[in-house]
Amino acid sequence: MRAMRDITRKLLGDPSAALGLLIIVVLVAVAVLAPLIATHPEAVWDMNPRHRLLPPSETYLFGTDRMGADIFSRILFGARITLTIAIVAVGAALVIGVPIGLVSGWYGNWLGEALMRVSDVFLAVPQIVLAIAISQTLGPSIENVILALSVTYWPWFTRLVHAEVRALRHETFIEAAIALGVPTWRIVLLHVLPNVVSPIIVRTSIGMGFTILTASALGFLGLGAPPPAPEWGRMISESREFLPEAWWSALAPGLAIFLVVMGFNLLGDGLRDVLDPRIRRGNPGR
Amino acid sequence: MACATCSTLGSDVATPGDKLLEVEHLFVSFATEVGAAKVLDGVNLTIGVGEIVGLVGESGCGKTTLANAILGILAGNARAQAGSIRFAGEDLLAMPQRRMADQVRGRRITFIPQDPFGSFNPLFTVGAQSRELMKWKSPLRAPSQGRGIAGFFARYPRMRRRADAEAIGQMLRSVQMPDPAAVAGKLPHEFSGGQRQRLMIAFALLPQPQLVIADEPTTALDVTIQAQILKLLKQLAKSRGVSVLFTTHDLGTAYEICDRITVMYAGQEVETAPVDDFFGRPHHPYTVRLLESLPRPGRELREIGGEIPRLIDPPGGCRFHPRCARASEICRRERPPVTSLGGGHQVRCYHPIDAAPP
Amino acid sequence: MSQPPLLEVEGLSRHFPVRNTFGWKIGALRALDGVSLEVRPGETLGIVGESGCGKSTLGKTLAGIHAASGGRIRFEGADITARSAVQRRNVAPKLQYCYQDPGNSLDPRWTVRRSLAEPLIVHSALTQRERDARIAKILEQVGLPLTHLDLYPHELSGGQQRRVGLARILTLHPRLVVLDEPTSGLDVSVQASVLKLLRELQGAFTLTYLFISHDLSVVRTMCNRVAVMYAGRIVEEAPTETVFTAAKHPYTQSLLAAIPDIGGRRITDTFALVGEPPDPVRPPSGCRFRTRCPRAAAVCAATDPPLLRIAPGQAAACLFA
Repeated sequence: MRAMRDITRKLLGDPSAALGLLIIVVLVAVAVLAPLIATHPEAVWDMNPRHRLLPPSETYLFGTDRMGADIFSRILFGARITLTIAIVAVGAALVIGVPIGLVSGWYGNWLGEALMRVSDVFLAVPQIVLAIAISQTLGPSIENVILALSVTYWPWFTRLVHAEVRALRHETFIEAAIALGVPTWRIVLLHVLPNVVSPIIVRTSIGMGFTILTASALGFLGLGAPPPAPEWGRMISESREFLPEAWWSALAPGLAIFLVVMGFNLLGDGLRDVLDPRIRRGNPGR
Repeated sequence: MACATCSTLGSDVATPGDKLLEVEHLFVSFATEVGAAKVLDGVNLTIGVGEIVGLVGESGCGKTTLANAILGILAGNARAQAGSIRFAGEDLLAMPQRRMADQVRGRRITFIPQDPFGSFNPLFTVGAQSRELMKWKSPLRAPSQGRGIAGFFARYPRMRRRADAEAIGQMLRSVQMPDPAAVAGKLPHEFSGGQRQRLMIAFALLPQPQLVIADEPTTALDVTIQAQILKLLKQLAKSRGVSVLFTTHDLGTAYEICDRITVMYAGQEVETAPVDDFFGRPHHPYTVRLLESLPRPGRELREIGGEIPRLIDPPGGCRFHPRCARASEICRRERPPVTSLGGGHQVRCYHPIDAAPP
Repeated sequence: MSQPPLLEVEGLSRHFPVRNTFGWKIGALRALDGVSLEVRPGETLGIVGESGCGKSTLGKTLAGIHAASGGRIRFEGADITARSAVQRRNVAPKLQYCYQDPGNSLDPRWTVRRSLAEPLIVHSALTQRERDARIAKILEQVGLPLTHLDLYPHELSGGQQRRVGLARILTLHPRLVVLDEPTSGLDVSVQASVLKLLRELQGAFTLTYLFISHDLSVVRTMCNRVAVMYAGRIVEEAPTETVFTAAKHPYTQSLLAAIPDIGGRRITDTFALVGEPPDPVRPPSGCRFRTRCPRAAAVCAATDPPLLRIAPGQAAACLFA
């Protein structure tokens, strides 16, 4: 708990990290409270042809789209989709990637090598191409986007954890635990894992931003959630044909993606500085 | 003792017995998150021409800070608040940074580090690094030659280069490195720890300095190699009339190489004496306890109770009084002055011990 | 003497592969090359030598941290050379290794309390209350206040970290403790208190020590017997006083000559040994010390001298001893 408060205090002391944190907090609040904040919650899903392509005004803060839906409200509800995709996809990548990284890092033998080569195969293909292939094959839906993203993102966690565990294996306190006869599962779960948590958190934050960007790209290509869903990438894609005149219909989702991705990246960078074990462990005695 | 040799070195070397370096009443404090740490608290130190002075103390006593203050390389949060460091008649604390860097540091005062490996650039050969050193710090180079940007692009005159190369070769031979030509072509990691320390000694002596500051130069070495290096350093310093400030936490090493020893405790020197007098008749209670804590056959180990004081709020009066069995009321109240006991023996104590340790 | 030895080591070796840039094995670093010794219950056996002589590797191989490349280790009469997982769990509580720098041997994210409890959780069936009681008792025995239980390793001083490191090992009441350079890097006054503590603990827990150190004066005050190592071999072994007064191997003699002797003759005037230890990947033929030995003769290059008994309790590996 003391550590938590420490970390938050340090994060807030760094302007860019604080901005990142603020953006994320706003995003989460917006996603949770969307039905309450939205000015036209009913106009998110329903067609309203009379009000199509209206410019931003007091009634429609960000204007309306080709269906006559309120873009502001759609953005708010889109935050839910975006956040769901990011959390579930990165969460799944964590659940797959971290254990594999732990095992392959700990056992530097043929098993570890084999696991690393598998992750290399995934890393060799650009993420977006692999994700497109997967969503294309399975058909456009949020579930398939999540599947595609987690399948393509886990190797990053595996790589990271693998490298950290390799380094930790030679730390004296790990060797001491082995000498003390501590069972392997205890060493890996209680000594190794807590010491790689910091880089994992940093990678998670940056991965969220990255995943949101890829999810939006898939949505833009029509591989994301099917039509009326207020998915940001799809919203940009749909506004393309009206672009010179109805610029607002592309601007709002574009800005939303930009801000959220930037927010996660800033937070990730900030966390990297705050959680850096070299700084924390370099604390001299007394 | 080394009069004949040192007089041949030129006019800038004074006669022995003269003081080369005098640190007087130096205060240095470090700004930290929790307050100012008084790391040096009115410390005094004298080094004569051609003399090897041991600066002995436990970790955190301020010996490295004192060495850095003399070299003018204190950390950014450190400040010399009062006192003076007089080197060959000039106050180093008052000297402009640029002149200090150009003419004193690395030229008239050089440095031998504890970790000889970290002090080499791992990517360049020893020969290249010694030539670079001599380009800037050769005794043949006029002090005002090529400063700043102009100096960066300054040519290395061929005549001097040849003379310097000659000096480098001779120096490698005098630190007993086999085959100087082969040595120059090797990278630092191709040498053993002992050889690297020999090279460091060579580098420190190449500019023909008046004072060499050796910061625990043998701590990282094995005993047999330590013995070789101590022997070499002592012999070279004595034959060239160079003064050495030898910091160490090991009293045994200090006994081997030093002419005079100064013991520091919590930022102050507590006792200074010629080496045989120091070990034969120590007077300060801390010195005595320190000597007693050395493991020796046929004697029980005696530790010094308590811990080294925190430098943020050190004990008032004598800094050793909380751990001292002889402490009285005055020790708690007032800082003891430096008392001279004759024969160059000085002690900072109200109740010095007279007898030799048991 | 009548008791059977607690630990018997026979011809123990440990080679580390030397690889080139492509990962091909191009040679072996013989860190340990045929070491034999016995440790008797209750004694302190000193292992002395310079860095790279293999003394740390010996300690780690005995503790099972490194696997032996050859030879045999018998502990309490049982062969533990190639430890199975089960054997390791049975042996570990009784044969413990204490790190040179206990600060690093403690998990930086764990409090002292958690670090001390771990061996008991792993190796004993004690309840939490019993564990707490034993930890409190041991902490007191190593001279630390109970308030230190909730500190992290970096909040302790060097001497305190060493005490915690010792406490962690002693929670299991081992029989043999391998102490690897227990005082290196400590100031003399702290060193004195750690050495005193080690002696007190030896009495309180009836411990047997394998005391690895490069500091001969420390070894002299702590050990009953001393084995001197050079380039992966034991070159001399004898009761401590014999080593310090009647050493027969030229290397032992040089090592003794290199110790500063306060009040005595200065080593800067007397020390004569030249050169440095050989490359452990390419040791010289015959006697490994011959390249530096003042007494070396032609025969030393041809014959590898075995460790032979030359006096009661004293053995040396030198043709001229």
